[in-house]
Amino acid sequence: MEAAHRSPGFRRWFNRRGWIKITIATPYVWLSLFFLLPFVIVIAMSFATRTPTAPPFSFGGDYPVMNTNHYARLIHDDLYVRAYLNSIGNATLATLMCLLIGYPMALGLTRVSRSWRNVLLMLVILPFWTSFLLRVYAWMGLMGTNSWFNKLLTGAYNWVMPADMALRYIPMMNTGFAVVLVTVYSYLPFMILPLYANLEKLDLSLNEAAMDLGSRPFQVFRDVTLPLSLPGIIAGSLLVFIPASGELIIPSLVGSSSRPMIGRVISDEFASARDWPMASAVAVALLLLLVGPLMAYTYFEGKSLEKKKAEGES
Amino acid sequence: MNRRPVFLITMLCFGFAFFYIPILSMMVYSFNGSRLATVWGGFSTKWYVSLLSNRQVLKAAILSIEIAVLSATFATILGTMAGIAMARFKRFRGRTLFSGLVTAPLVMPEVITGIASLMLFILMAEYIGWPATRGFTTVTLAHITFSMVFVTTIVHSRLVQADEAIEEAAMDLGSRPWQVMKDITLPVISPAIMSGWLLAFTISLDDVVITNFTTGPGTTTLPILIWSKVKLGVTPDINALATITVVIVGIGVFIAGWLLNRAEKAREHDIQLAYQANQ
Amino acid sequence: MPEPATTADAKIAQFPRAVAPAIKETPFIRIEGVTKRFGAFTAVSSVSLEIRKGEIFSLLGGSGCGKTTLLRMLAGFEDPTEGRIFIDGQDMTDLPPYERPVNMMFQSYALFPHMTVEKNVAYGLKHMDMTPSQRSDRVREMLALVQLSDFSHRKPHQISGGQRQRVALARALAKQPKLLLLDEPLAALDKKLREATQFELMDIQDKTGTTFIVVTHDQEEAMTLSSRLAVMDKGRIMQTGTATEVYEYPNSKLVAGFIGSINFFDATVRATQGDTAEVEVPELGGMVEARAIPGLTPGQPITLAIRPEKLTISRGKPATANAFPGKVRDLAYFGKDSLYRIQMPSGRVMSVNSVNARRVGENERVADWEDAVWLSFEPAAAILLKD
Ligand SMILES: Nc1ncnc2c1ncn2[C@@H]1O[C@H](COP(=O)(O)OP(=O)(O)O)[C@@H](O)[C@H]1O
Ligand SMILES: [Mg+2]
Repeated sequence: MEAAHRSPGFRRWFNRRGWIKITIATPYVWLSLFFLLPFVIVIAMSFATRTPTAPPFSFGGDYPVMNTNHYARLIHDDLYVRAYLNSIGNATLATLMCLLIGYPMALGLTRVSRSWRNVLLMLVILPFWTSFLLRVYAWMGLMGTNSWFNKLLTGAYNWVMPADMALRYIPMMNTGFAVVLVTVYSYLPFMILPLYANLEKLDLSLNEAAMDLGSRPFQVFRDVTLPLSLPGIIAGSLLVFIPASGELIIPSLVGSSSRPMIGRVISDEFASARDWPMASAVAVALLLLLVGPLMAYTYFEGKSLEKKKAEGES
Repeated sequence: MNRRPVFLITMLCFGFAFFYIPILSMMVYSFNGSRLATVWGGFSTKWYVSLLSNRQVLKAAILSIEIAVLSATFATILGTMAGIAMARFKRFRGRTLFSGLVTAPLVMPEVITGIASLMLFILMAEYIGWPATRGFTTVTLAHITFSMVFVTTIVHSRLVQADEAIEEAAMDLGSRPWQVMKDITLPVISPAIMSGWLLAFTISLDDVVITNFTTGPGTTTLPILIWSKVKLGVTPDINALATITVVIVGIGVFIAGWLLNRAEKAREHDIQLAYQANQ
Repeated sequence: MPEPATTADAKIAQFPRAVAPAIKETPFIRIEGVTKRFGAFTAVSSVSLEIRKGEIFSLLGGSGCGKTTLLRMLAGFEDPTEGRIFIDGQDMTDLPPYERPVNMMFQSYALFPHMTVEKNVAYGLKHMDMTPSQRSDRVREMLALVQLSDFSHRKPHQISGGQRQRVALARALAKQPKLLLLDEPLAALDKKLREATQFELMDIQDKTGTTFIVVTHDQEEAMTLSSRLAVMDKGRIMQTGTATEVYEYPNSKLVAGFIGSINFFDATVRATQGDTAEVEVPELGGMVEARAIPGLTPGQPITLAIRPEKLTISRGKPATANAFPGKVRDLAYFGKDSLYRIQMPSGRVMSVNSVNARRVGENERVADWEDAVWLSFEPAAAILLKD
């Protein structure tokens, strides 16, 4: 009864202002609760002290305000420094490799005929929709010591090298090389797609104009295409670099346990060592390291948007 | 330019070989009769038989799909709301924080999201008693949270591209803003909303890391099951599972592409008809 | 005042009939000192206009001069920074678009892509107090008016650009607004279709009697369509009047130059006598008799303007005032007329339009390259402009 009495008022409120408030507030509250709050917890946790209780932490105790020991350990403990260096190094290498393979592929995609282009684009996107885990797994099969791929590579190696350096197989699994290779494999579409989106918009008549003015194809590429595709390069590189540097699955499956990677360190500190404060400190430090590229990204993104706007208005 | 870009074509061939050789090799070895996953031992379909009679795998697959459908649906609702808020409500209190909240999960390393969510759920269970245990609920909540921002991105970019004049036209014809949203905006962006759902569904179906942190005993999704098996090494029945996945996805993508192509052709035909009618 | 329906025009009987051709003199739309600023940029600057009921009024100006902004303020999409807008005596300034008796035809047409032509036209009616059968009658009537009855079940992407334009028009007219705003209604059409549609638009306006405000950057379109027009520049109204008034009696160099082509000369006032003024024009090499404007004083510098078609070319010296010798530098044949470029002894080159009224061969033309000719014009054709 009361609801029926009230509903016209609610309806009016909803139709006028209410729907706007609901549209903003619902996702806002959700993200604050399930994304912002956990994030705040991580930061707070990095200043807590580990205790053998459940949940395994406490504030105060020996450290009245906050415990900064975890951050000190990050610098002093060789394990963490090595993990950061390995992760950043691998991610950088993988990003460069993705760029070297992905750029010509993206450029090639803009040069093939329309019908081919659609088919090939679909083939780039297809692995996206299959499981990430299974793609990593596919390489485990290829890199194993008995696999046809390994035998093929070993044969080629032995044929080139002198006989006294012959190998029975090439050790690929559980190496840094494997991590970079599989990272490149898994993240290559993230490089190709933004690059393609950028290169596709470039005006081919610019190339023709440059050639008309006497540039050779490589000079055209260097002077026209490359500078104009910079936003695509930046977007693609960040889309590869950021997730690659925190990667957990790839190092766990094909990496070497003697080469710690930061994703695994966080996971191990948290789950195996049950050291929540330390895991949180490692996570916060990783985020700080990633904030640099992130800010560069938003900066370039914002600038290109502004430029587009200015061009649109004139 | 009539010179063929030989180098670029070569790179494309190399790139696609790189993409597909591991997958094809995996598919071939799923028919391997040998117990040793990487040594060829004759053609056999026994791994498919053993896979399809494995109740554990079936149960995990069904659970994964349940979680994916549920979380994709909620993620689509929340993500669409956020996309509309970002694209159409130019000024509201806390907009800067809001725009940070809808972009940060996109680039947050999964490990960090995973431990952060887990700590939240443990503390929630400790202090408010809900969700009491980790499992279906916590996994779904986490999946909704990190997949909704992908929906937001899609919906937002669609709304930004859309011609705002059609919304103004509806208002000009007497509709209030909410009616414009209902009659014009939502129908026009419905393809984007659908692709958002599809993306959220696949992301949920594929997730290992966040699920691994937020799940509890008894709630084993398919990726978690595969993960626990794969950590121990290459096994032939996973090859079979992977092949099935690739084939299903491949067929899905092929059908989608074919439908799109047909719609495009029909559209071109319509437009031609229109011009003939106008002559 | 709606007239009773006549059988001859039953189709459009529901409309208040236009009191054409006599336009009522009381202002129907009043724009009072309207200014619109976007941040520091002033898009529309203290515009005041009065528009009568049943008029087709054009806003004419180059791109970016604020036409669309002014129109959007009338529709309610932008709030004026200053000033007020009245329609039929009612203050509209603070009403949202959905409460104004005004409809707009958008520059991009803004058809709803997911609705059929019929649903597009019907959309505005759902907010009106009508029975379903009245609604479908109105839609049918509107589609008949724009000759699209056969296309009612097509979607917008299934019809051509010209048809889309007509759907947009039908949709905006369906609610029988007091005022219809048209933002560059013909800009997206090709030249031939544009000319045909101009007359269609006038015909529809005549049948419905709705007041139209048309925005355009095409001066020919403005002059063909409208009963009166306003020339805008940099957010200001430069001149308002009928097409003839604006063309023949421009009040500034800018208006004279924007509408049609024209020859400008620096001149100095020497004497005024009743209706005529004598001005000295060094580039023509002598004195010119021109139509006087108020407030001239001898010695005052001024601009003399003469339209190319007001100049007459002759072989011999004509026996009138304002005759000057020159030489044909260039000539272009356009069919219905020819354009001559005549060089005066001072070196100044003038444009002259000459109608090819008779059918003549190449060697019987009024003048040919390098011929010595005389140019003359009537004092009334010489326009004096202070700025
Ligand atoms: N929303 C806005 N914000 C800032 N500037 C605007 C906006 N709308 C229009 N302008 C500016 O106002 C000027 C006039 O625009 P407009 O009325 O569209 O011109 P017209 O229709 O005459 O071509 C332009 O310089 C345009 O850039
Ligand atoms: Mg405009």
